Amino acid sequence: MRRGIIERLLLPIALLTWVLLFSIVAVLITESLPIFRKVPLFHFILGQNWYPVDEPPEFGILPLILGSFLITVGALTVSLPLGLGCAIYLSEIAPSRVRESIKPFIEMLSGIPSVIYGFFGLVFLSPLIQRLFQIPVGLTGLTAAIILGIMALPTIASIAEDAITAVPQSIREASLALGATKWETITKVVIPAARSGIITAIILGSGRMIGETMTVLMVAGGAAVIPKSLLEPVRTMTATIAAEMGETPMGSPHYHALFGIGLILFLVTLSLSVLAERIRR
Amino acid sequence: MRRVLEFLWLSLIVLCIVTTLGCLLFLIVYIIVNGAEVMSISFLIESPRADMTRGGIFPALVGSFLLASGAVLFALPLGVLSAVYLVEYAGDRRMVRIIRTGVNTLSGVPSVVFGLFGLAVFVKLFGLGVSVLSGSLTLGVLILPTIIRVSEEAIRAVPADFREASFALGADRLTTIKNVVLPTALPGILTGVILGIGRAAGETAPIIFTAATFYRRGLPRSFLDEVMALPYHIYALMTEGTKPEYQIPIAYGTALVLLLLVLAINFGAIMIRFRGRRKKRW
Repeated sequence: MRRGIIERLLLPIALLTWVLLFSIVAVLITESLPIFRKVPLFHFILGQNWYPVDEPPEFGILPLILGSFLITVGALTVSLPLGLGCAIYLSEIAPSRVRESIKPFIEMLSGIPSVIYGFFGLVFLSPLIQRLFQIPVGLTGLTAAIILGIMALPTIASIAEDAITAVPQSIREASLALGATKWETITKVVIPAARSGIITAIILGSGRMIGETMTVLMVAGGAAVIPKSLLEPVRTMTATIAAEMGETPMGSPHYHALFGIGLILFLVTLSLSVLAERIRR
Repeated sequence: MRRVLEFLWLSLIVLCIVTTLGCLLFLIVYIIVNGAEVMSISFLIESPRADMTRGGIFPALVGSFLLASGAVLFALPLGVLSAVYLVEYAGDRRMVRIIRTGVNTLSGVPSVVFGLFGLAVFVKLFGLGVSVLSGSLTLGVLILPTIIRVSEEAIRAVPADFREASFALGADRLTTIKNVVLPTALPGILTGVILGIGRAAGETAPIIFTAATFYRRGLPRSFLDEVMALPYHIYALMTEGTKPEYQIPIAYGTALVLLLLVLAINFGAIMIRFRGRRKKRW
């Protein structure tokens, strides 16, 4: 009798992730509805001014969306070539013993908490950037992009490596047998064959970067204006939520607006992971 | 010419891996060297004093421990049972695919969104307030996908013969799972637990508005109290307070402790997996 109950409970438990996902969506929608009654969604997303505590307040998150986008693109520029290079090295060039010792090491590094990267950016990289570019403050979009890029390296490298390793050995051998060099085989045969996996790595990587909070909160500088260059302070959607939620009274328009940002952020990362899933299949 | 180009391109690839490992190693060494200056036993077992400018990080250590173990306590049973369903019970592929999509999607949700969820549901709706319990539950939701995925992998790796041998002895499915499948998959499941602890201990964004406080006198007395936590402590030391010249060294020390803790945890998980792989005779 009891056995039957346990076995029947397994399916509902396994579906819990979906329950949680739906509750997250429900919470984000109900908590942000009040702000969309005041500020139409269109104005919320395309508004150029984020002055949540002014009188009257303005809730336009375009600068934050652009900030998130800019830093993500910057970070990808850092981590994509390097991560892909690592993946190619590990799967095509490294002797198996080197590979077996570097892989777990990289896996271990991917667990370093983001607040540590943020801290490192604050104490090491930001003074460096400040001196290098002769600017008043080193907390800029560039600083955040570099740190975020380094932080995403282990993830991007290991997903891309899986994709490249999955390419059948016979294809490589065929290419080599036709007289192609190792490099030609890598660029003209292996990489194209692993294309969909690599694109998945890029999409998943950018999803992580857009959603990353602590590093950008600590090193991006946090000016909520439409960014004109990477050498200015930039503020992202995530940093805004984390920085302002603690200081706003529950139930105020500002509070609901922060949930609104959470909703937009969720939808963006959700569409990226759906896209990644599509491509993987 | 072709040879030279070939050599140049391959060197470039080697340069990539050297740069990557170099950057990451530099970060680790930089924090270890600077953090070592303030490190001492008293740093680990004392409470902060004098407006966060002196003393140690004991309450933050305890807080992180409580939050991480609370999260695992919540996510482990649910995660393992989900994995059991996926491997042992889900007959049709469609259900497996639906559940796996849910797991993947949940793991892609940004950590700050989990924070918002925790704030609205655990802190407000359930009335748990900003507390250890709210924070643990939020982190538990966050690590659930990891636990499910690792447990599923571990349970799937148990050979079918084991199950069939058990069935042949007359055991039913549930007994087989309890006495044969789960014990065999235990090292793998343990890896998931360890990874979950590491992840939960390092997350900051989900606990900012659900559990963490910059400063409190002494340790939390109940699960409904606010706590200090290592990652939040680093963030707060760098962004709040008025005496950076005293706060930054403490932040270095805290970063060192958190970094070593998480690296050791992940290293442990990798070692368990490695040894498990070697010991297997089937």
